Amino acid sequence: MNREVYGKLIFELSRPGRRGTRPVDNSTDAFPRAELASELTRTSATELPEVDEPTVVRHYTRMSTNNFGVDSGFYPLGSCTMKYNPKVNDALSAIPGMARLHPFQPDATVQGALRAYWTLQRSLSEIGGMAEFTVNPYAGAHGELTGLMIIRAYHDERGDKKRTKVIVPNSAHGTNPASAAVCGLEVVEVASLPDGTVDVEALRPLLDDTVAAMMMTNPNTLGIFESSIPEIAAMVHEAGALMYYDGANLNPLLGVARPGDMGFDVMHINLHKTFSTPHGGGGPGSGPVGVRAGLEHLLPNPRVIRDEATDTFSVVREDSNSCGSVTPTVGNFAVELRALAYILTMGRDGLGMAGPMATLNANYIKEALRDVYKLPVDRVCKHEFVFDGLADKSTGVTTLDVAKRLLDYGYHAPTIYFPLLFHESLMIEPTETESRETLDEFIDVMRRIAAEAISEPDTLKAAPVNTPVGRPDDTTAALEPIVTYKQLRDK
Amino acid sequence: MTHHYLPQTGEEISAMLGACGMKSLDDLFADVPEQLKLKRPYDLPLGMTEAQVTDYFENLAAENRPARVILAGAGYYDHHVPAAIPALVSRSEFMTAYTPYQPEISQGTLQYIFEYQSMMASLTGLEVSNASMYDSATATAEAMMMMVAAGRKKNRVLVSETINPAVRRVVDTYARYHGIDVATIRMTEEGTTDSSHMEQMLGEGGVAGVIVSQPNYYGIVEDYSGFADKIHAAKALMTVNAPASTLAVLKPAGEWGADIACGDAQSLGVPLSYGGPYLGYLTCTNALMRKMPGRIVGKTTDARGNRVFVLTLQAREQHIRRNKATSNICSNQGLMALWVTIYMSLNGPEGLREINERGRDAAHWLRDELTATGRMRPMFAKSPFLNEFAMDTEGLDLDRLFERCAERGILPGVVIGKNQLLIAVTERQSRAQLEEFVELVKTAEK
Amino acid sequence: MIYYSTSHEYARVEGNIAYIGISDYAQHALGNIVYVDMPEDGDDVTAGEDFGAVESVKAASDLLSPVSGAVVEVNEQLIDNPRLINEDAMANWIIKVEMSDPSELEGLMDEAAYKEFVAKEQH
Repeated sequence: MNREVYGKLIFELSRPGRRGTRPVDNSTDAFPRAELASELTRTSATELPEVDEPTVVRHYTRMSTNNFGVDSGFYPLGSCTMKYNPKVNDALSAIPGMARLHPFQPDATVQGALRAYWTLQRSLSEIGGMAEFTVNPYAGAHGELTGLMIIRAYHDERGDKKRTKVIVPNSAHGTNPASAAVCGLEVVEVASLPDGTVDVEALRPLLDDTVAAMMMTNPNTLGIFESSIPEIAAMVHEAGALMYYDGANLNPLLGVARPGDMGFDVMHINLHKTFSTPHGGGGPGSGPVGVRAGLEHLLPNPRVIRDEATDTFSVVREDSNSCGSVTPTVGNFAVELRALAYILTMGRDGLGMAGPMATLNANYIKEALRDVYKLPVDRVCKHEFVFDGLADKSTGVTTLDVAKRLLDYGYHAPTIYFPLLFHESLMIEPTETESRETLDEFIDVMRRIAAEAISEPDTLKAAPVNTPVGRPDDTTAALEPIVTYKQLRDK
Repeated sequence: MTHHYLPQTGEEISAMLGACGMKSLDDLFADVPEQLKLKRPYDLPLGMTEAQVTDYFENLAAENRPARVILAGAGYYDHHVPAAIPALVSRSEFMTAYTPYQPEISQGTLQYIFEYQSMMASLTGLEVSNASMYDSATATAEAMMMMVAAGRKKNRVLVSETINPAVRRVVDTYARYHGIDVATIRMTEEGTTDSSHMEQMLGEGGVAGVIVSQPNYYGIVEDYSGFADKIHAAKALMTVNAPASTLAVLKPAGEWGADIACGDAQSLGVPLSYGGPYLGYLTCTNALMRKMPGRIVGKTTDARGNRVFVLTLQAREQHIRRNKATSNICSNQGLMALWVTIYMSLNGPEGLREINERGRDAAHWLRDELTATGRMRPMFAKSPFLNEFAMDTEGLDLDRLFERCAERGILPGVVIGKNQLLIAVTERQSRAQLEEFVELVKTAEK
Repeated sequence: MIYYSTSHEYARVEGNIAYIGISDYAQHALGNIVYVDMPEDGDDVTAGEDFGAVESVKAASDLLSPVSGAVVEVNEQLIDNPRLINEDAMANWIIKVEMSDPSELEGLMDEAAYKEFVAKEQH
């Protein structure tokens, strides 16, 4: 990342008559023209830029220099698991024998693609302790929705129509209740104990025959392992409901424990978190969903199955037993290939170390900073932990100021103001791919910021100053939305 | 032994454990009940070297039979990908960034999303676009939920029978769980939406919205004149699903008077890649902006007076509205939005028009040539089409045709029913390649 | 007479008409309001159920109606200028409702009780 704002828009580089590529050779190879009736064709101009290829390349290259990625520096964004994205994964996801396959071409011509897909399904099943996985869902939130559909289909199939509620801890991410609502379910929040774990006694009275599922992450959003999970699972199952595992925090459990063994019936995984696929500034993602034995038939279509006798693969596109279809194709294939490359490169030995190393790195930072930042839950954490702002509350310096100052020092900020359990949440997740030197340097900077909060609080209030742009005016953006170049130009 | 993605050495591990007051890595998991611990390694192979994993993937690729001439479409089209696109998109500043929650160090991402929104709004003839959706099918399902949310107590959505059935399956799945009543508008004998059937159902009341597609599943360019007026008269909304590229030449949603446009933007030069990643688009009128799901980027100024871009209207989104949000979508298709933005920048208005005109001209030529072989005939001979058409292949052994074509690296299309072959042509196929295919059909076995 | 609900809406009552808005405490807690989602004239509202929402930059809050009845007018000034609520929450009501059951007012708080309620909530 550089410090100078680039800021131009491609439309501002447009000059009439310029071309950025030559898509069609009109000099030879022509066909007779086949005009359509004018009432079917476009009358308005498409407002696209007219730019030459070198200008396009330089524009997006310069634009990229105002961005910060994992390759640029440390990215301790809590709950987002921004681990290193191995380069070999990208290379292998785009090899020609994989990239130029049409999603509806005959199964016999895509056996390698289906074998890759099936191998990933099997690997995730082993890691999750589940019977089977689908890799269809396009993202974590999409997986979550799919998982809830499977749960509703399970109850429907049993003729159990009363179950319309999903219990979610009050520390949960907002996506959980949103997914439940899209799936036609009502959300009931269960209280947390001061350490952020589920209050088992508060849960007990909520469980009855109207509950479809309990949704949890483990470790929870404070990075604390829910030790009561066997008891919770037993209670939920006793009430006839299913246990849903939100895989957002799976990373520290790699090699340590499996959601299936904890009593979860359905789970999703975010491949961009635990399995190192690039986040891409917001996608494309992949949110595979796993189920325990007995629920496999409810997984969505299309499904990839293997015929053991012949070692051949096929795609099941329609099957009325399933919960339905959430995608027309088998999913974000190139993302899935990256995850498979990661699993194969890590192997059982590397994956087995990933969880412990992610956990060690998080505890190492927590212990080094607990005297200057307020640690509301003092326990061994897993992959992440939460500070409730600075320890010294007299300076008026907020979590937002600390986060913005970190940008000045060349770091991405931690997750801030989440979870909602504390006023000044600052959630730090280092992941296992950071070296001890990186952690030590980050610790030094966090201590320096804590000192600055006392000695020069105004510097923190004004931060960031070393970034391409400063703090934006969010209010004006929301009051008078300008969301296209046309609106910008016409203002 | 350390892994090359895991930096800490044995000595460092000991020192770091010491700093945490611990003796072994097991101490980090003392709070995990014993019976939950996995006391064995995963049943997976040992880690491979980079060369080994490369061989593994090359062996997988060798099991595939990719075609060099792809006449399959059905929603996903083989367009040429300019080399500048993957080169730019793979820049790690774009690829390894998270959601732009820290705008001070995310102007790259925010700016290309703003460009993307501007281009998609213009292409669809509507006012606002979000930052992209997963794909056509999920974007259509979101459009359905949006119409129902805007329609307050109305819960019925009409979907034309001419829409892609793969999209319809996803829409039906969302509707089933969300509690939306989806009814089908019949198809006429010409393969178009039966407007009198639509009027009849609108007249029955309770309709929140109508979804049609353009070109439809059979490649037919439908005439939607008068549809918007009828739909709006029933106080319902209109959504048009279309592959993005075709909007450069066909009348877009906004010009038909529709309220929402959605569809796949894969046709803007995104590789087929056996199912993805692609991306969906969703645009709408200003009036519906606050009901639109997903991220939106807007312009503002920063503390230093720079023009900057930020995520805006966030209060609509799942992380704030929780169970009151219109949608649970968190991400968009990020890099794929960048991909198509660069594609549209390189091609510009002229390039996009040329691509579609070439596909149209070549498709019309090919349909005539195939019909002339006497081996197949158009399913809907009277209806206009752009670059895709359905053929009745009765009497032809399609499996055998696919096999013979595969030997020559040609994928003839998508089989959409008994004796029904859907064929798409783009600028990517040369006349010589299409002639080769026609020859294979001429000599095809019955 | 002004009544308040525990979810911080007020109902200013004139005869059978209630002017419904959010309290000054609520506008202050939300910060800069950027959008108000309102029902349409003629819609019915039910006591305790949502009839719209107010949005600030980083938060959104459902509007729960303190009384039941039919909406006879919405404050259209708020469409273009939602920040009027920040300037004067009491003057800038959101909807005007013809009450169907004025006895519902008995379940609400008066000014003094609301002040006490807010003081408690701040702790």
